[in-house]
Amino acid sequence: MGFHIIVCAKQVPDTNEIKIDPVKKTLIRDGVPSILNNDDANALEEALKIKDRYPDTRVTVVTMGPPQAKDMLVECLAMGADDAVLASDRALGGSDTWATSNALAAVIEKIGGYDLIFAGRQAIDGDTAQVGPQIAEKLSIPQVTYVSEFQLAEDRKSVTVKRMLEDGYEWIRVETPCLLTAIKELNEPRYMMIGGVFDAMRKDIPVWGVEDLGLDPDREVGLEASPTNVFRSFTPAPKGKGVVLSGDSCADVAEKLIEGLKAKHVI
Amino acid sequence: MDFTLPKEHLILQKMYRSFAENEVKPMAQQTDEEERFPVEVVEKLKQYGFFGIVFPKEYGGQGGDYLAYAMALEEISKACATTGTIVGAHHSLCAAPIFDYGTEEQKQKYLVPLLKGETLGAFGLTEPNAGSDAAGQQTRAVLQGDHYVLNGSKIFITNAGYADTYIIMAMTDKSKGTRGISAFIVESGFPGFSIGTKEKKMGIRGSSTCEIIMEDCIVPKENLLGEEGKGFVVAMHTLDAGRISVASIALGIGEGCLEETVRYVQERKQFGRRLSAFQNTQFELADMKTKLDAAQMLVYRSARAKDMKIPYGTYSAMAKMYASEAASDVARRCVQLFGGYGFIRDYNVERMMRDAKITEIYEGTSEVQKMIISASLGVK
Repeated sequence: MGFHIIVCAKQVPDTNEIKIDPVKKTLIRDGVPSILNNDDANALEEALKIKDRYPDTRVTVVTMGPPQAKDMLVECLAMGADDAVLASDRALGGSDTWATSNALAAVIEKIGGYDLIFAGRQAIDGDTAQVGPQIAEKLSIPQVTYVSEFQLAEDRKSVTVKRMLEDGYEWIRVETPCLLTAIKELNEPRYMMIGGVFDAMRKDIPVWGVEDLGLDPDREVGLEASPTNVFRSFTPAPKGKGVVLSGDSCADVAEKLIEGLKAKHVI
Repeated sequence: MDFTLPKEHLILQKMYRSFAENEVKPMAQQTDEEERFPVEVVEKLKQYGFFGIVFPKEYGGQGGDYLAYAMALEEISKACATTGTIVGAHHSLCAAPIFDYGTEEQKQKYLVPLLKGETLGAFGLTEPNAGSDAAGQQTRAVLQGDHYVLNGSKIFITNAGYADTYIIMAMTDKSKGTRGISAFIVESGFPGFSIGTKEKKMGIRGSSTCEIIMEDCIVPKENLLGEEGKGFVVAMHTLDAGRISVASIALGIGEGCLEETVRYVQERKQFGRRLSAFQNTQFELADMKTKLDAAQMLVYRSARAKDMKIPYGTYSAMAKMYASEAASDVARRCVQLFGGYGFIRDYNVERMMRDAKITEIYEGTSEVQKMIISASLGVK
């Protein structure tokens, strides 16, 4: 029997320096090219590595987003995923992490029959790291976050993963089905295959809306149903220019530095 | 008329760019400096399908088109023209003629491994006394029972020494002139086949360019490519498409130089101002950018024409002539904007200026392209 992996991915703006509209307080997305979120690329790569090893593996990528998120799914297919599903509906717009995980959990339940779910740790445009874990909660399956190493048991009934923490790591064995969130240390994502791009463009990517997913736009997904609301985003004011100390010798400069630090009561 | 690229080509461009930036560019300086064939890069190119972009999947290709291929060479050559040349020679000078003229058996035996990247291809037409005048072939092929015996030598053969499969032109009937030339598929391991001197070049120094020597080289009869006497047609048709490759490589070199220069002039300061603030710099960049965009349109048009199966020989000649001259001109002017640093090997533009020159020469000099273009006007 085949092994089925679902990968949760997000299309994000290609920048680590996201600009914020000073008036609307929202992210400026115009003119910024979109990419597959970095950690999600690691999630997909790990799934594809399993597929390389066990050719009976099927990898399905799921995402929620506007219609153009399909482009990112095409890239995932070109990298080697077998199928992709896009959850897209105006009623899903404005969803926070709780509402987003409701939608994605519904997508995954509708697909069904999965053995493993990989998600990226977090998206570079929101940085919440909440959607993956929430999906696991809603599907009532175990989860391990911050996965930096991964081993699949020969019987494929359990996985052993290394979970990176700030001050160390844990090795955790968990039974499948489970959800894992990937960090960049997990692997080096592959490129798209050239032929994969042509195949992916011809492949049908189903688009599911709230009706297909049996979701209630008033209570489960979308802006209204979202319990959290970003009421203000801001860019921290840039720091002023530093002071450049100069002098005839290193000792001279060091003396000036000490004086300066003393004056500010640092030392 | 629509000048936008199809979506799959935009996606591919993204893939090509990140591949070139991460896998090809870091090796470019070393490849040039050590005159070393970039084996590691070639392995990765094979893995992602660069060795069979335009060919059908049933033969191990990627099922793509010439536009996708031209764009691949463009992006690779922005980073390293040596690498672009290796792919171009393999793809359009060896795999393409087997695909176009080969029998099903020849395709299964030679094309499939070439496209899968299991073997590397090369093409031998040029001889010491048959350069632009390709009709002056002196290599002979004589049929003896179930095989041909080839004698002669070829020079300036790209990928020679690393290639497994060679397309070799030889005279089967001297009395018939160009109609006496035939094409053969020759394996590097055939008896009597050997590699001669490796050339020391001005540019694309990592690409292997050698002499090929055939001394009583035994080639099985079934390795005749196309009909006997049709070799010149095979060669000319192959070069029609090959020019798209060289034009794309040239375009890439020019664009790569411009990218390097745009970055540099915004960093370098003289007279208390960034170089980019001087009008001379701005006008130079504007001029070069326009030239390269014009070259790109000619290149893409020729690739598109080939994809649409409309006559493209004149288009590819114009693309090759214009793009290669643009590359040389742009590279030289970029070096000038870099000043003294542009003359130093630590900076990419130095290598790119040397690499650019060959695009005006190989696979038909600019002068040969002019002959083709003027012939299309009907003038004699």
